[in-house]
Amino acid sequence: MIDEVFVHKLKQRFGDKISGVNLQNVDPWIEVVPASVVDVCRYLKEEPQIAFDYLNSICVVDYCETDPKKAAKAKWEPHIEVVYHVSSIRHKTTGVLKVMLPRWKDDVEGRIPELPSVASVWRTADWHEREAYDLSGVLFVGHQNLRRILCPEDWVGHPLRKDYEMPLEYHGIRGR
Amino acid sequence: MSNTNHSDIIELDVRTDEMLVNMGPQHPSTHGVLRLVLRTDGEVVSEVVPHIGYLHRCAEKIGENLTPRQFVPYTDRMDYLAGMNMNLGWSLAVEKLLNYDLPEKVRHTRVIIAELNRIASHLVGMGTYGLDLGTFSPFLYAFREREKILDLLEWVCGARLTYSYITPGGVTADLPSDWIDKCRQFLDQFEPQIPDYHTLLTTNAIFIKRTAGIGIMSADMAIAYGCSGPVLRGSGVDHDLRRDGEPRYRSMYKGYDFEVIVEKNGSYPNDQVYPAVPEEAILGDCWHRFYVRMLEVIQAIKLIRQGMDFYQEASGDWGTPIKLSAKLPQGETYLETECPRGQMGFYVVSDGGDSIPRRARARSSCFSNLSVVEELCRGGLIADIPAIVGSLDIVMGEIDR
Repeated sequence: MIDEVFVHKLKQRFGDKISGVNLQNVDPWIEVVPASVVDVCRYLKEEPQIAFDYLNSICVVDYCETDPKKAAKAKWEPHIEVVYHVSSIRHKTTGVLKVMLPRWKDDVEGRIPELPSVASVWRTADWHEREAYDLSGVLFVGHQNLRRILCPEDWVGHPLRKDYEMPLEYHGIRGR
Repeated sequence: MSNTNHSDIIELDVRTDEMLVNMGPQHPSTHGVLRLVLRTDGEVVSEVVPHIGYLHRCAEKIGENLTPRQFVPYTDRMDYLAGMNMNLGWSLAVEKLLNYDLPEKVRHTRVIIAELNRIASHLVGMGTYGLDLGTFSPFLYAFREREKILDLLEWVCGARLTYSYITPGGVTADLPSDWIDKCRQFLDQFEPQIPDYHTLLTTNAIFIKRTAGIGIMSADMAIAYGCSGPVLRGSGVDHDLRRDGEPRYRSMYKGYDFEVIVEKNGSYPNDQVYPAVPEEAILGDCWHRFYVRMLEVIQAIKLIRQGMDFYQEASGDWGTPIKLSAKLPQGETYLETECPRGQMGFYVVSDGGDSIPRRARARSSCFSNLSVVEELCRGGLIADIPAIVGSLDIVMGEIDR
């Protein structure tokens, strides 16, 4: 679905808000600036010719290398990617959207980055965003009920971060 | 006063104060490890909050520390009632990243095995749904037949639940020499027994009372909540990845003749061999979700019969499973397959030059299917909760991460 025509159409409408494209990947993807993710998603859902009415998944990939030797060889700066997999039931097509975020807000370790919630566009994003917040540490601004979904509410840290360290104990239960 | 829609059946003098009631995690109808917190007013439920996360086996974290072939046994444990289908989804995603082509024989082997596991899974779904509603016999009937399928699967790979049979690059071994004949014998014996299930449940007056018109989910609601599989098709949405999915998965079913089970303008079922929809049933209710599964079993039998014919004529061997330490190319890919409970998606991200993926994500159907419970149960009766939750046919291992 995501090809040159699609990207051209999207860039005509959103201009710089479409901050990147990769048509060479096995599943081509477009990159959206964090502040515009809701506008772009709503358009992709409501535009009849695209009609991405079905949100398959929201997933977070942590680009961080804890081994200094490997980190020196890495071809990327540490960052976080939020990936949206969407599809259209009507047109039988699929698409991938990405948003790049810093690992920590304002480079302060422990302050998780913020991103507008798309739960108002696709209702299923409610639980997917809760999961992404819980396990990967992304704060979805505007979410009505952003609580942990898998870990206990008093759990510290986000387990799917690459630099996450298992706690020594939790309520008297030995962790490591 | 409650905000219930059931004011006509709940008399004013039985209204009580609101009460918080825990259903589960160990209640049989909550399938082991699901806790539902209900806010009730007498018999009426005004709010349902599902709490998940009682298993938490860190599957995705493990996937980021193992090679794709080492991760196969972990996919078995996700939907442990349809391990073969989980293996298939993961294998296809890895093969897509590697751009791996398979011999023709593997394709048909995978169709036969995946559809056989679909029947076994639907039998559990149907049998345990009877249990949820207070009837025990269908459970025994369903498990009797499921055991025979497990015998066939055990013969193929040595395991009865955690198969790890379908693997990136093919399957771990060819079908045994007499296996096809035994499978045909099973189907010939199983197919005439299906009307028994319809007698026990589908057309049973009590079953209809408990399920028809209960937990109605519109097509728009099902799509908005990301529902899939029989839950989506039970709401009348004509979508099945075996027909509508992406080419790599769809091509597996190329040349096969089967019908996507969904009600189209009252012609449901098409052949009219099986019972007609009762008058009380409304599209998108618990009864329809159950019925889709029942009819899908017939289609799966049809697919297996075709698959066995194709297999016997197919060229090639049973594939070459990729090496345990095979390097993954740089890139990322997402692939969804149509599992018994809905669309199961795997996302693999590789930095390149390494055999361990940077990210191994599993998007499960039950996770989305369960999220709809809050809305579906609101305003219903306590007794309807097991009927609604059971009709979604959830497996908690799949909801887990």
